[in-house]
Amino acid sequence: MKALRKALDELVHLFVDDGSLAAFTVVLIVLVLGAVKVVDVPPLYGALALLVGVLAILAESLSRAAKGARK
Amino acid sequence: MMIDAAAVLPVMLAAFLASTVEVVEAFTIVLAVGLTQGWRPALVGAFLALVALAAIVVVLAPLLAFIPLAALQFAIGALLILFGLRWLRKAILRAAGLLPLHDEARAFAKQTDALKHRAHSQRAGMLAGFTSFNAVLLEGVEVVFIVLAVGATRGMTLYAAAGAAAAVVLVTIVGLAVHRPLAKIPENALKFVVGLMLTAFGVFWVGEGLGAEWPGGDLSLVGILVVLIALSAAAVQRLRPLRRASLKVVK
Repeated sequence: MKALRKALDELVHLFVDDGSLAAFTVVLIVLVLGAVKVVDVPPLYGALALLVGVLAILAESLSRAAKGARK
Repeated sequence: MMIDAAAVLPVMLAAFLASTVEVVEAFTIVLAVGLTQGWRPALVGAFLALVALAAIVVVLAPLLAFIPLAALQFAIGALLILFGLRWLRKAILRAAGLLPLHDEARAFAKQTDALKHRAHSQRAGMLAGFTSFNAVLLEGVEVVFIVLAVGATRGMTLYAAAGAAAAVVLVTIVGLAVHRPLAKIPENALKFVVGLMLTAFGVFWVGEGLGAEWPGGDLSLVGILVVLIALSAAAVQRLRPLRRASLKVVK
């Protein structure tokens, strides 16, 4: 059971390091999917919004890390 | 059948570079086990892990064929964004000096110490074998994910696997020749490049999964990469002045 939990932890850790970065990314992807499939936003606009969103999320995460370093 | 080099090369390169990082880390631990507890448990553990990884590939790879291409591109793209951003964020913070660099020599010394402490235990051989198994399996799972992720959506799993296999062969040959951890490999630079490539692949494939027709087709992957490089380089420049004077060197 312990080994299984450790394996699951490692699997999650493959994709999640900074929890907020991962959570924001998932929310962004779901929002873009919804915009394209439900609201009929053109797919290319959705894809471009995804790129801009990914950059913003990365910048936010780095900014938070920098604030942590200043303390 | 004609091979589209422009499509194949980025896939092979991403798989090769990412696998190099992972194989170097696994090699360090197998080497530590081999030098402190003997080569038998080190090699048996590594071999069993490779068998387990092969089983994972044999089970997973055919299942991917049943998933509609658009859904596969979307799902794998999303995972690649998560995976790539994780590496990219860490690589930027390390390049800026806000996170300590991963030190392979230190990791080797730590592992060797831990193994020496267990050397007199009755289960020392089994624990050593398990350590080797664990290291190869955990790093190998990342390699398997990368190979399937960068290869599956375009039917290029074999090319991605060839890139990963080249990394395994290269690291093993160099590692056996120098007989010590490969501390001089520019691991953070590799992680930086791989983080950029995987994030770019991820955005591109999520877009394709959504049905977007990227301007310029596959070439827009280069455009996404350039945008990511520009932001990452700017971030490193901006964060560098915050570098801490002293850092503990940990993973």
